[in-house]
Amino acid sequence: MDTFLQQVINGLTAGSVYAVVALGYTMVYGIIQLINFAHGEVVMIGAMVAFTMINALAPSGLPPLAVVLIGTGCAVPVCMLVGYSMERLAYRPLRGAPRLAPLITAIGVSIILQHLALMIWSRNILAFPQIIESQTYFIAGAAITTVQIAILAICLALMSGLAWLVYRTPLGTAMRATAQNRQVAGLMGIDVNRVIAATFVIGAGLGAVAGVLFGSYYGIAQYTMGSILGLKAFCAAVLGGIGNIPGAMLGGVLLGVMEALGAGYIGDFTDLCRYGWIAGTIDACRDGGHFILAGSNYQDVFAFVVLIMVLVLRPQGLLGERVGDRA
Amino acid sequence: MKFQTAGVTLIAAAFALAGCGEQKPPAKAADAGVEIRIGHAGPTTGGIAHLGKDNENGAKLAVDEANQAGIKIGGQPAKFVLVAVDDQADPKVGTTVAQKLVDDKVAGVVGHLNSGVSIPASAIYHQAGIPMISGSSTNPQMTEQGFKEVFRVVGRDDQQGPAIASYLASEKKPRLVAVIDDATAYGEGIANEVEKTLKAANIKVLPREKGTDKTTDWKAILTKLRGQKPDAVFYGGMDATGGPLIKQGRELGIKAVFSFGDGACTDKMTELAGNAAEGLLCSQAGIPPQAASKKFQDAYKKAFNVDPILYAPFTYDAANLLIEAMKKADSADPQKYLPELQKISFTGATGPIAFDDKGDRKDAEITIFTMKGGKIAPTAVVKGGKTVAYEEFLKNMGGGK
Repeated sequence: MDTFLQQVINGLTAGSVYAVVALGYTMVYGIIQLINFAHGEVVMIGAMVAFTMINALAPSGLPPLAVVLIGTGCAVPVCMLVGYSMERLAYRPLRGAPRLAPLITAIGVSIILQHLALMIWSRNILAFPQIIESQTYFIAGAAITTVQIAILAICLALMSGLAWLVYRTPLGTAMRATAQNRQVAGLMGIDVNRVIAATFVIGAGLGAVAGVLFGSYYGIAQYTMGSILGLKAFCAAVLGGIGNIPGAMLGGVLLGVMEALGAGYIGDFTDLCRYGWIAGTIDACRDGGHFILAGSNYQDVFAFVVLIMVLVLRPQGLLGERVGDRA
Repeated sequence: MKFQTAGVTLIAAAFALAGCGEQKPPAKAADAGVEIRIGHAGPTTGGIAHLGKDNENGAKLAVDEANQAGIKIGGQPAKFVLVAVDDQADPKVGTTVAQKLVDDKVAGVVGHLNSGVSIPASAIYHQAGIPMISGSSTNPQMTEQGFKEVFRVVGRDDQQGPAIASYLASEKKPRLVAVIDDATAYGEGIANEVEKTLKAANIKVLPREKGTDKTTDWKAILTKLRGQKPDAVFYGGMDATGGPLIKQGRELGIKAVFSFGDGACTDKMTELAGNAAEGLLCSQAGIPPQAASKKFQDAYKKAFNVDPILYAPFTYDAANLLIEAMKKADSADPQKYLPELQKISFTGATGPIAFDDKGDRKDAEITIFTMKGGKIAPTAVVKGGKTVAYEEFLKNMGGGK
């Protein structure tokens, strides 16, 4: 039981980071139907900038919490700037182009950002500074660290903040209007370009925080970290229904938990020695041996299995609505 | 085929014996001796240039000492020349510089540093019939190709697994061990060897868990393991994934001993895992340079004004082995001195050296390290299945030549 609870806690922590990253994908998709594949790289740059700042400030004698806050405080505006420039330089000129063009540009931007990071921060795996002493608490036999508690709290706060912004402020109303129909929103006096830029900037800011959380949770940062994290967050967004903000949150958390439980139990379920009549036919099963078809190294596969299942069974995602093709 | 190779070698050897007068200025000819070229190949530019230079210095020291000793080969005073080339730790560059060494008519080669470079380069030396001795390539494949010219003076990866496992079994006496690997050839290979050795010692091993060489989240696997309560965990993989592994394991409250192969036997583990890395066990092929003979260490320090970093004692021995075999055969002709090299018995800076049929060092040492205060510190040396405490090993080496 404590093993199960532990897997759920691990899954919730990783999942809430996926959820915050997934928001960046889903907001941009919701508003301009573009899958911004460079979003994972924005997250990576957030982690890298924080890495540099925290390392630079760590010897200064400031309290560790202040150092981490300053590091994050630098990462957010840098990522916002990256997000804005990305939209302004790479996507806005293609606003009227066929949908495939900005998609390919997005992949290009992602490669450019990755290689910029490679030139600045080298190809080595960097040890993300662990300057806040982490405490471990045990709840019913399951361990939870202060870092995990902080991640859960921060992600919850970010998600509530975003929900408030989208549903309770004029900017949010303008964003939703633009998402519904860009032309009509423009006719109603909304500066559509400004709203789209704001969407990118907000998504990038969230991504920056997610990058810092990811770095401090796992203790590492590398220039390639954005690609797999970005892909998983994209799967989470599709799972929840891409374009749907509560969907991205739900999808992220669900994906994290599914991954943790899947990796934790797949080895047991695919151990042929557990199944009576098959076990008799396998030599390896004698004397309590095991014959495992798929082990925990399939952890990263779950996200993509989920993606395929969703696309086949419920293409609009869990919370998405089926919409006709806007011709 | 064989005949052809022999022919080329004889021609090459003839040129080597002729003193290579056509390329060198005549000033050398006045020496009235024979010039013997020994090649050294290693990366002297790029990320591990410091290690390449360290290896090169080891070989250079051996050559310089041989020149001072006034060795006579074939009745003539021999002048040894080290031809050092840079392979940039790149297999493609490695084969190019190997060909260059062959064209330069070296009598033998010390190198290369990386297994990945040594393996393709060894084919070129094999074709030219020139012996090569690597002081640092640990991948088993290098000596499994059936090339009689290829030797190494350092242990093999597949000797490391049994060494760390037998140390674990005898010192920590675990009842149940979890083995994890990163699904690479290296990680899986060393994990298999560990599992085999542990099982032979009647220790229970949990079903293998696997990550990848890019895994950052080990929590699912570790949580599962925690429920099974192993006394020790072995991970076959690199420090980049091993650091997060041990960090997350301690966060989950796993108290087991964590042990690793040489891929994760670095100070970087502390950087990546912080205090969680404290107390980990790991192994490295060979012995740390500070355990090499006192005589070598003093001479190295005097010649280069720095301390040897890693494999310099091994390349020093490798170069000495070539020279020793030439002395025994009284010839620098690879055809003639190769048989002497195969049956050599020599005490070098890293202890007694003899080769087996494949060209691997007999009873090569593997050193076991423990993480203490953020640095890996040698604790024991495993040699031929026997574990010797590091202090004792040092004493033995200090007493030796």
